[in-house]
Amino acid sequence: MNNIGLATPEIFLLCAICVILIGDLFVSEDRRPYAYALSQVSLLITLFLTWTIAPDSGDVSAFSGSFVMDKMSVVCKSWILIVSIGVFLYSRDYVNARKITNGEYYTLALSGVLGMMIMVSSSTMLTLYLGLELLSLSLYALVALNRKDARSSEAAMKYFVLGALASGALLYGISMVYGATGSLHFSEIAANLAGNENSTAAVFGLAFVVVGIAFKFGAAPFHMWVPDVYDGAPTSVALYISAAPKIAAFALAIRFLVDGLITAHSSWQVMLIVLAVLSLVLGNIIAIAQVSFKRLLAYSTISHVGFILMGILAGTNEGYSAAMFYAITYAITSMGAFGILLAMDRMGVDINLLTDLRGLFRRSPVYAAVMMVLLISMTGVPPTVGFYAKLAVLKAVVSVDLTWLAIIAVLMSVVGAFYYLRVIKYMFFDEPAEPTPVLAAFDVQVGLTLNGLAVVWFGIFPGMIMAACVAAFAG
Amino acid sequence: MPILSIIIWLTILGGVLVLFVGDNRCRPVALAISVVAFLFSLPLYFGFDKTTAQMQFTENVAWLPSFDINYALGVDGIAMPLILLTTFINIIVVISAWEVIKDKPAMYLASFLIMTGFMVGVFAATDAILFYIFFEATLIPMFLIIGIWGGPRRVYATIKFFLYTFLGSVFMLVALIYLYSKAGSFSIAAFHELPIAANAQTLIFLAFFVAFAVKIPMWPVHTWLPDAHVEAPTAGSAVLAAIMLKMGGYGFLRFSLPVVPDASAQLAWLMILLSLIAVVYIGFVALAQSDMKKLIAYSSISHMGFVTLGMFIVFGIVTNSTGSETTSHAVMGVEGAMVQMISHGFISAAMFLCVGVVYDRMHSRQIADYGGVVNTMPVFAAFMVFFAMSNAGLPGTSGFVGEFMVILASFKANFWFAFLAATTLILGAAYTLWMVKRVIFGEVANDNVAALTDVNRREKCMLAILAAMVLFFGLWPQPLVDVMHASIEHLVQHVTVSKL
Repeated sequence: MNNIGLATPEIFLLCAICVILIGDLFVSEDRRPYAYALSQVSLLITLFLTWTIAPDSGDVSAFSGSFVMDKMSVVCKSWILIVSIGVFLYSRDYVNARKITNGEYYTLALSGVLGMMIMVSSSTMLTLYLGLELLSLSLYALVALNRKDARSSEAAMKYFVLGALASGALLYGISMVYGATGSLHFSEIAANLAGNENSTAAVFGLAFVVVGIAFKFGAAPFHMWVPDVYDGAPTSVALYISAAPKIAAFALAIRFLVDGLITAHSSWQVMLIVLAVLSLVLGNIIAIAQVSFKRLLAYSTISHVGFILMGILAGTNEGYSAAMFYAITYAITSMGAFGILLAMDRMGVDINLLTDLRGLFRRSPVYAAVMMVLLISMTGVPPTVGFYAKLAVLKAVVSVDLTWLAIIAVLMSVVGAFYYLRVIKYMFFDEPAEPTPVLAAFDVQVGLTLNGLAVVWFGIFPGMIMAACVAAFAG
Repeated sequence: MPILSIIIWLTILGGVLVLFVGDNRCRPVALAISVVAFLFSLPLYFGFDKTTAQMQFTENVAWLPSFDINYALGVDGIAMPLILLTTFINIIVVISAWEVIKDKPAMYLASFLIMTGFMVGVFAATDAILFYIFFEATLIPMFLIIGIWGGPRRVYATIKFFLYTFLGSVFMLVALIYLYSKAGSFSIAAFHELPIAANAQTLIFLAFFVAFAVKIPMWPVHTWLPDAHVEAPTAGSAVLAAIMLKMGGYGFLRFSLPVVPDASAQLAWLMILLSLIAVVYIGFVALAQSDMKKLIAYSSISHMGFVTLGMFIVFGIVTNSTGSETTSHAVMGVEGAMVQMISHGFISAAMFLCVGVVYDRMHSRQIADYGGVVNTMPVFAAFMVFFAMSNAGLPGTSGFVGEFMVILASFKANFWFAFLAATTLILGAAYTLWMVKRVIFGEVANDNVAALTDVNRREKCMLAILAAMVLFFGLWPQPLVDVMHASIEHLVQHVTVSKL
């Protein structure tokens, strides 16, 4: 059934991208803010459309079953869009100060959002791959956007080469799975594999698919690109990469592993355990040695990906919703942390070293407090939302008798606590290098404050997000 | 009326209010909030039904239904005195900070108020996750208090404090989740009834042990405490010693003993051994200190040894005798531990505040910098000598009651346990009184001491209140023991029944 109306949000977003791209050609340099305003408006409208289109119950599919609107896709899309709105808000002044070509930044970023939305809603391997490539290509270009900066170009080059390799691996895996089952539709793959769980071709393909997923997540040992990209890319792009794509990567994993290859659960569970343990250990331990805040956040992301994978590998609905909760709340938290770096930005000098945060408490207590809340949430100390994310994942893992994995995870979060505390130490206990308060636009201030409050609010009332996550996988 | 919620949220939201009131007007507001919170906690005592071990003043609201987590509060005879202690010490803390803290006083007082709310929550929670949330949340304000207002090595001390306690409690989190997966509920009462296999009991016991032994702290995981105490501002040390350590003792009573009684019985020898090491060895360590705060910190560890000894001597008594008096002896041990916790709350807070009083004037904690303080500060010297006597366990002060009960109970288990425990009466007297002798008595040591001014009205008032409490519970501990008796008897009967 060509139920094309189901894709209205995506179609609208595509049109908006074209308008911004073409409009950019005709607008003079001094009226550039329009691109920002238009992007935000189109994201809001897309969000609104997503909610109106969402089916009241059950799954609805379109395009001969290759595009699906289910509960999970609605939740993921909503949060991708909400997070992207925040990301655009925080990046605006940074992008303007760097004179990074405005129109391109927003069109590329919006294309990435479109790619993520397609990924989330895809129900065949091909749609999924197309969405993923749309996202990846936009990211490659975004990382390189500051072309006068050699580090930015270097990061983009590394990212592109490794990313292409991972895409190749993923595509190869897809072809093997297709060969084993004769279908691109996840539901048919699952049905065909139900009879022969141990089909060699399918498991062989699965291994490559997992490699692809691990790369897109940035899970160890496929994490090499993460620190370089976070460090080299313009901070606004690092912010973008660290937030919404984590939710999309979660959807990628769920579509492939749960919708398609659930019968091979025992095979991919072992693979994900290895990835999760490596990510937790490497991410947390290497983060201790970092002096650059962006690199520190990069390694911390790797460790958080370990937690998301732990939720998925549990292989229960409880685990999936826990991982989803983790991905969403991590996106919110990480967004705020980068947002503060962007707000502290002065006249084109990047804030990157940990020592740049020194004495933030004396300069701007509110920002320091927000940053502290975000870091505490990443540590997983209550009453912040990060605690529930960890609790949910640990609970899912313990309920499938993988208590040892939970113990490794909590031990590693103690290691993680050290470097997060060190950042708090710089902000609160040290004297500032310069006494000037941090000045940011009013709407950015409001956004950051809300961001910090949200982390506490959802820490006290996690049920709001959690209920949606549980409903997405119920039945 | 949801009294417990009112106390918890009044102090937490009050703390936020103090933050917004600003540095100039924060002090009276904070004092008002802490007094009101204390007044609200009084009905807990006067409305308490002493005849039952059931939870009272209960509240239960579904909080996170998809996880079976409830916002469940309630107190029994074990939790209630500790809540009163918490709200009481909070008032003292606000008074002690009055003019001493000049750098960001609003934030300082707000941290203490918020922390008080969390600590009351720890003692009031009857849901395991709610307990854990409050237990962990107390770390953040204390981390900031030590880190921002602390001494020269504050960063080292505060990070050590945070990491130690965080490491301990994450194991508890895994144990709680494991118990949930077996019991199907996060209610602590459900954990109490849950039968658990021997192996799992041992592992769960160890997880709880790590969490609570670090918190209370027991030898050999005590090393964070002297650092934290020395670097913390006066009020921070007082709260740390008076209440935060009790969270560890409370955890043993609420979790370790009733949830895994068989493992507790099996490993009681280890707990008793570690407790005796704390009492004797740490007593000697305290003797060697040249820093007053460090000395009191080690004395705290030594006193906490009595608390854990009193709790785990239960198993020694049970295996030793079968008579009808077994239970009453065991109950006496646990009650002694509880009385010791409450009394140490007053005494240690008072000792730290005394050090704070002279530190504010001299900016030194070294015993060697003092001498002959009695000549210039006679009123202060009287208070200090009184609190030192009670710290040493002088009969007539509350310090004596708990120690005496624990020693008596220990006799029923093993003479040598009691003998070693009783050495504290000598050691405690030695290190405390020797410190007092060097600081208070003798000739005026130097010009700085000669220039000292005696305690002002605020300090006199704060020390007098504490002295009154120490004397009251020393002369008449009955009201305290009465409220906890039913709960502790129930607990002792519960732990003597195997769960295997």
